[in-house]
Amino acid sequence: MTATALRSQGTAARARRNPLSMVKSIFFPVAPTYLLMVIPAIILFTFFIIYPAVQGAFWSFTNYVGYGSSKFIGLANFKAAFADPTIRDSYGFTLLFAVVACIVTNVVAMALALALNASIRWRTGFRTIFFMPMVLSGLIVSYIFTFIIGTSVPIISAAIHFAPLESDILANQHLAWLGVVFVASWVAVPGAIIIYLAGLVSIPSEVYEAASIDGASGWKKFQTMTFPLLFPFFIINTILTFKGFLNVYDVVVGLTGGGPGTATTSVAQTIFNGFYSGDYAYQMANAVIFFIITLFFALFQLSVIRRRGGSL
Amino acid sequence: MATQVTTAPVAAPRVRERRRLTPEGGRINWGLTVVIAIVALIVIVPLYFAIAMALKSPAQTGTGTGFNFPWPIQWGNFRAAWDLTDFPLAFSMSLLVTVIAVVGEILVSAVAAWSIVRNWGHWQFKATFIYLMLALFIPFPVVALPQVKLTAAIGLDNPFGVAILHIMFQLAFNVLLFSAYIRGIPVELEESARIDGCSTWQTFRRVVLPLLTPIAATVGIFAFLQSWNDFMMPQLVTANPKWQTLPVVQYLFQDQFTGNFNVAFASYLMALLPTLVVFLIAQRWVVSGIMRGSIK
Repeated sequence: MTATALRSQGTAARARRNPLSMVKSIFFPVAPTYLLMVIPAIILFTFFIIYPAVQGAFWSFTNYVGYGSSKFIGLANFKAAFADPTIRDSYGFTLLFAVVACIVTNVVAMALALALNASIRWRTGFRTIFFMPMVLSGLIVSYIFTFIIGTSVPIISAAIHFAPLESDILANQHLAWLGVVFVASWVAVPGAIIIYLAGLVSIPSEVYEAASIDGASGWKKFQTMTFPLLFPFFIINTILTFKGFLNVYDVVVGLTGGGPGTATTSVAQTIFNGFYSGDYAYQMANAVIFFIITLFFALFQLSVIRRRGGSL
Repeated sequence: MATQVTTAPVAAPRVRERRRLTPEGGRINWGLTVVIAIVALIVIVPLYFAIAMALKSPAQTGTGTGFNFPWPIQWGNFRAAWDLTDFPLAFSMSLLVTVIAVVGEILVSAVAAWSIVRNWGHWQFKATFIYLMLALFIPFPVVALPQVKLTAAIGLDNPFGVAILHIMFQLAFNVLLFSAYIRGIPVELEESARIDGCSTWQTFRRVVLPLLTPIAATVGIFAFLQSWNDFMMPQLVTANPKWQTLPVVQYLFQDQFTGNFNVAFASYLMALLPTLVVFLIAQRWVVSGIMRGSIK
């Protein structure tokens, strides 16, 4: 730290004297190796992600259909998108689904991570079992659960006379979203467990020993030590799972196809459908709105972190 | 496991009933083990279902719950799936994309995250971090079509282009993971290396990189699974159908032969087997890293 601090103070002092070094201190403030570590990544990132994103956003102001020529039509796509009930419903479903699935996934994953880090028998074996769903793609998992929820569960429920599950909940207009929440969480939990476990590693066992000597109870220890120390990982997990759930696509396609009716049609699915049906520019406007909403949630999450005095 | 044996007698007099709550050492918590075993069924049952499905004929699947034991076992499903998907070729393509993506993701993001964290005092690096994080919130559909056109224009409409896009897409997530981890590494270690005359790069290679092993394994696992299972990107980007990866080939095959649920599952399992092997090896590595960290 001291060496870097001294060097940057030095550059700042020189910057006041000479315009060339002022430019240098803005663009090349540190040792060239540090810059070489970041700049190529930034250039590629800009070229492959940011440039296409800007281009896509630009097309939302045109009547482009995905090929051929197009002309600028201003905000017409946006106005139409705001008035479109299909799009509005897809936001309603996606937000409800994402909030509930995010809470379910994080609560379950944190509980399981704590259990898998505790003194249980066959710990490595259990970890392996709980990580296992990660190897499956969302599409395949949803094929499995389409059969289990649609066929197996109703047969078993009928046999034991358990009325709520005797019919396929995925075919129920009002309950299908619960099935999507369950399957999407099933897919997302292992990844979240791994991140929480990686966080639990960073808590030195001395901290626990000290607390045990002080006579802290299990819940108290979780509240006052484990959770605060896990907080950065909790933030990472919340942001990532929430963002992942907002973009839900394959689980919905595999499980319900967006149905029954349009009850579980997600925003990403609506946008992609437009992609294939020639509504490209129109759905691109929807995608831009979607981006702004996603960004809003991100800024909200970041402001919560700042209020807690943490940093990413 | 070894530490449990050694620490238990020492800890015993002081923390009688609470020691079972400590992450290392202490008696085995059997109550929690039973709870975990029951919860594990939520994972095991669907996996059994998938395996059972792959080993049945359509007649055996019949009208039951799907949980009945597959007997006699239909090994022919695998043969059919192997031929229909041209398994060796699709497998090689998946492997090519995945290996490039895993190596690329670990290297690019570890280096970038370290550089950003250690220069956090400069606004340029803070801005770089925020700029990268922006990608976490760009919905894939926004960039999909422009990316397809871009890769086609520069001749990357092949597995290499898919791998590069995987690296770039995961960059934000990986930098986030690495930087959270690097912040926990005391900077003093690096300072003493510098005093000993290490350059910036040498400090990274010799001091920082070895310390990053656990998180690099985590990033590697995520990269492997994400790349191996990805369907959208290769389907959109790769122009030549011969160069398609396994998930895309499986989808085409499922489209053609809808109805044969069993052969489809046989093909999913075949695609899964190598992943499972890699996963079990890498996961053990992560867990050993986790244990090393907790004993330290």
